[in-house]
Amino acid sequence: MIVLRALLSRLVMTAITLFGVAVIVFVTIRVVPGNPIAMMLPPGATPEDVANLTALYGLDKTIAEQFLIWGQGVLAGDFGTSITTRQPVLDLVLGRLPATLELSIMALVMAMLIGGVAALTGTRLRGTRTEGGIDIANGMALSVPDFLWGLILILLFGVLAPIFHISGRITPSLDLPFVTNFYLFESLLRLRFDLWADIVSHMFLPALALAIPLSAIIGQLLKQSLKETMHLDYITLARTKGYGENHIILREALRNAILPTLTLVGVQFTFLIGGTVIIERLFSYEGLGNMAIDAVINRDLPLIQGIVILFAVIFTGVNLIVDLTYALLNPRLRHA
Amino acid sequence: MLDGRSQIKRRAGLRLWLSAGWLVLLVLVALLAPMIAPKNPLEQDLFAGRLPPFWVSGADPSFLLGTDSLGRDVLSRILHGARLALTVALVSGLATCLVGATLGLMAGYLRGWVDVVISRLIDIWMAFPPVLFSILLIAVIGPGLGSIILAIVIIDWTRFARVVRAEAMAQGAMDYVASARIAGRGRLGIMLREILPNVLPTIVVLLTLEMGIAVIVEAILSFVNLSISTDDPTWGGMIAEGRASIHQAWWVLVFPLITLFFTVLSFSQLGEGLKDRFDPVLR
Repeated sequence: MIVLRALLSRLVMTAITLFGVAVIVFVTIRVVPGNPIAMMLPPGATPEDVANLTALYGLDKTIAEQFLIWGQGVLAGDFGTSITTRQPVLDLVLGRLPATLELSIMALVMAMLIGGVAALTGTRLRGTRTEGGIDIANGMALSVPDFLWGLILILLFGVLAPIFHISGRITPSLDLPFVTNFYLFESLLRLRFDLWADIVSHMFLPALALAIPLSAIIGQLLKQSLKETMHLDYITLARTKGYGENHIILREALRNAILPTLTLVGVQFTFLIGGTVIIERLFSYEGLGNMAIDAVINRDLPLIQGIVILFAVIFTGVNLIVDLTYALLNPRLRHA
Repeated sequence: MLDGRSQIKRRAGLRLWLSAGWLVLLVLVALLAPMIAPKNPLEQDLFAGRLPPFWVSGADPSFLLGTDSLGRDVLSRILHGARLALTVALVSGLATCLVGATLGLMAGYLRGWVDVVISRLIDIWMAFPPVLFSILLIAVIGPGLGSIILAIVIIDWTRFARVVRAEAMAQGAMDYVASARIAGRGRLGIMLREILPNVLPTIVVLLTLEMGIAVIVEAILSFVNLSISTDDPTWGGMIAEGRASIHQAWWVLVFPLITLFFTVLSFSQLGEGLKDRFDPVLR
């Protein structure tokens, strides 16, 4: 019962947050100077043409009226029409979403791998120079944001030693048999490993740039909770039973130490998704963030609205899922 | 145990001094830029475009770190760029701190509807992708130094508000606050005289970190070409040009990038170092 009530109040809070985001974006972008209608028409258009088109996009009404019309559309699944491409916003946004999702999830997996290995190595070799080295590397990875890591990676592995691609999502000359926009996933399903390798080679550097700061956070926190776990009685017991250090860390301590880290990863994952905006720009990766920046530059109001709302839905959704998972995993809450 | 602690202390001390040293150097560079820069940072020389740094063959030694595609001196532009970077760091850092800490203090100590409103706002703000939000704001208020500072304040106040709110809440429940209340101190007096001094170390650490973030935000906005004008020397603008001509002239990207890297690293290490300093357990 308590869980159900908590869930309901969380859902209401999420709805309020999303409504707030919608209002703020809607009002903000309507203050933007620069008339999107004037940019759409060819030179020599008459004032009537301008008026007709303004009315077509509903820009002649008050902001409150526009918001109501837009809100009704959204509830019916219609996010309006992009001003620059004249396609439905929902189609455009959903077409780009898979690219950003694949990039974020690849970055998350990389961050967990790097952070996990760093924490385990640091714990196994505690008190040695290696541990000191890992701590220093962690501190640096944490202090410098993804944008700068992206530039450094471009220089190192795109120019100095050109191993990976530094722009785009896939080599444009390749023939694509895909029916979905989940290129990475679909190329695996179709067993087209040539395409898969090309896609990974494009995604590797942007994903790594996003992963480095998060991996440092994961590494630091996991190492801290491993350190605390290693002092517990059951670890001493395992030691007296004669198990080796590797077995104790991997089989006994890790299981207990990993939960606090996992809950933090959820929140940090939303920060990582926010970072895709500039990283996609940096690597000319055709995802949602790159499209968002173009939309701002082109004053494409309906498209900007759609993208920001989608990001907000993803952020609040991830937080909601994390809280629910935590409630399900935590026995005290589950049996309440 | 004691040994480990002194080692941590020594390492933290070194970190603190190195980063403070770099930042002091940067302040000096920013102040003296017109005197120490070898060239005029705006002067174009199309015959001297994309000259490499001095140790590469084909270089002109009067352009120590080479030139960009318009023949402007990279070193002079970096030195002058420090002025803008530090101005943004200082002004927007302090302004963000003032707004965020005030709201956090009010929410954490006053509680009630003030807390409800501010917490809801923080939730809404956390649902925005920050980079996209800043680009959107600059598009709305127009480019320029003032807009950048305003955009950073609007976006980042939550960093201070969240932490200060939690701390003020914890402090507000303590006995010394209760006794101050019994002694007849007003709410404003308690907030400013009793709680604020205890939250101040945290605020100082956050402020240092925020200055580093502000430098990055400015660079990102210059990178997407929304910051100041394209002529004025900014590190982000230089990086954007360097990214575009990376295969022809790597030095246009490398030198501003190194400068930005050490600056951001210094702000953040200074913050971490101060955090350890203020930590009563380590002290």
